Amino acid sequence: MSYTWNWGIFWQGAADASGTWLHYLLGGLAWTLATTLVAWVLALASGSVVGVARTLPAGWATRFGNAYVELFRNVPLLVQMFLWFFVLPELVPQALGDAIKQMPPPWAAYVPATLCLGFYTSARIAEQVRAGIASLPRGQRMAGTAMGLTLAQTYRHVLLPQAYRIILPPLTSEFLNIIKNSAVALTIGLLELTARARAMQEFTFQVFEAFTAATVLYILVNAVVVAGMRQIERRVAVPGLIGGSGPRTGH
Amino acid sequence: MFAGFDWDVIWRSLPYLFREGMTFTLTLTALAMTLGVVFGTALAMMRLSAFKVLAAVAGAYVNLMRSVPLVLVIFWFYFLVPWIGGWLIGARQPIQVGAFMSSVVTFTLFEAAYYCEIMRAGIQSIPRGQVWAGYALGLNYRQTMAAIVLPQAFRNMLPVLLTQTIILFQDTSLVYVLSITDFLGAASKVAQRDGRLVEMYLFVAVVYFIISYLLSHQVRRLQTRLAVPGPA
Repeated sequence: MSYTWNWGIFWQGAADASGTWLHYLLGGLAWTLATTLVAWVLALASGSVVGVARTLPAGWATRFGNAYVELFRNVPLLVQMFLWFFVLPELVPQALGDAIKQMPPPWAAYVPATLCLGFYTSARIAEQVRAGIASLPRGQRMAGTAMGLTLAQTYRHVLLPQAYRIILPPLTSEFLNIIKNSAVALTIGLLELTARARAMQEFTFQVFEAFTAATVLYILVNAVVVAGMRQIERRVAVPGLIGGSGPRTGH
Repeated sequence: MFAGFDWDVIWRSLPYLFREGMTFTLTLTALAMTLGVVFGTALAMMRLSAFKVLAAVAGAYVNLMRSVPLVLVIFWFYFLVPWIGGWLIGARQPIQVGAFMSSVVTFTLFEAAYYCEIMRAGIQSIPRGQVWAGYALGLNYRQTMAAIVLPQAFRNMLPVLLTQTIILFQDTSLVYVLSITDFLGAASKVAQRDGRLVEMYLFVAVVYFIISYLLSHQVRRLQTRLAVPGPA
């Protein structure tokens, strides 16, 4: 039983004639990152709104926030992907649905994939933001009110600046998750990194080289994100907390 | 808005969806959970081991599994398992491995990395005095672990382990990429055949939602019941 290794395959021309297989995979990585970053911005924005809503004094806002989180957390990502891709265009008004279906190739998969990942992740971020705000001492909110700040000002100047800094580590894991989850977009035809590794395997039969390359690229991205977030965490740590950079003792 | 849809297709395909699809999904979830927790616990004990090599190997394994997408892992094992199987029994060709076996192996090995981290946190949450008490009673490492540490760690972490299992239940839908007939795969086949994508995928979403929601609700109740009573 022998497998014919051929690591030189990466420097051979790819089937789509756009360059070498290495180029082809790096192009996939670019799509992975493009999907991830845009979805992340969307997730951070909508997740923050929903997370804040869940901590507001108004009962309806809490209920809305809870329903939102339950909805996106209890349906598998792949099923949500299909809902955005196959189902949504059929449920919106006909003209809009037709416009969605006529989007040219990369965008037809890219747009629903990004929306799907964004909203899926937003539910998780909402949970983190809620937990972050809830972890602050109650006195912080009261102090804001006592100083005559409005509710919005209390959030803007007192609660959120602390909450975001506290939840930075779980946000890092969510960011790592969204990178990994973007691979699910291959099911609706987005040629991101995993999809391209599989395509390369199908054309060249070099299964293990293709998947090794994809694995290495994912690990590299992971390492870069972790290192970058460490830097940010250190910069914005809340002084005085156990996780914060208080006075250092020892070496 | 829903005019022109044929909801009857769901009713017609119910036996197929549940007898074929959901049975596969639940069997895979149960097997991967059981084997994953066992292997994950072993990994956790390795990570906490005093033997540096064991700890390093387990740590590398867990970090590797946790930094690549599950879809990629599914592809990896789909191609890798036949080769490893062939190598194990000394066959000259990669052996034939069914889609079911392949996915059980994949999900066990993948989820074990996540169960490992949960069990590690569980073991670390046990006061060290418990271990010393075990040794003082004359128990060896294995007995201390089996009789004192692991039962407590397992009990403390039960809600988290179950939450991870709900995630596993949802993740099994990804076997779709291997064209396996799990619940989503079955629905997808009917949807493609009858051209009823909207009805079938909405139905799948509703079923997954109900099951996951009910399970997570139960886990939350369990959590409050198991919570260590502390100063109010």
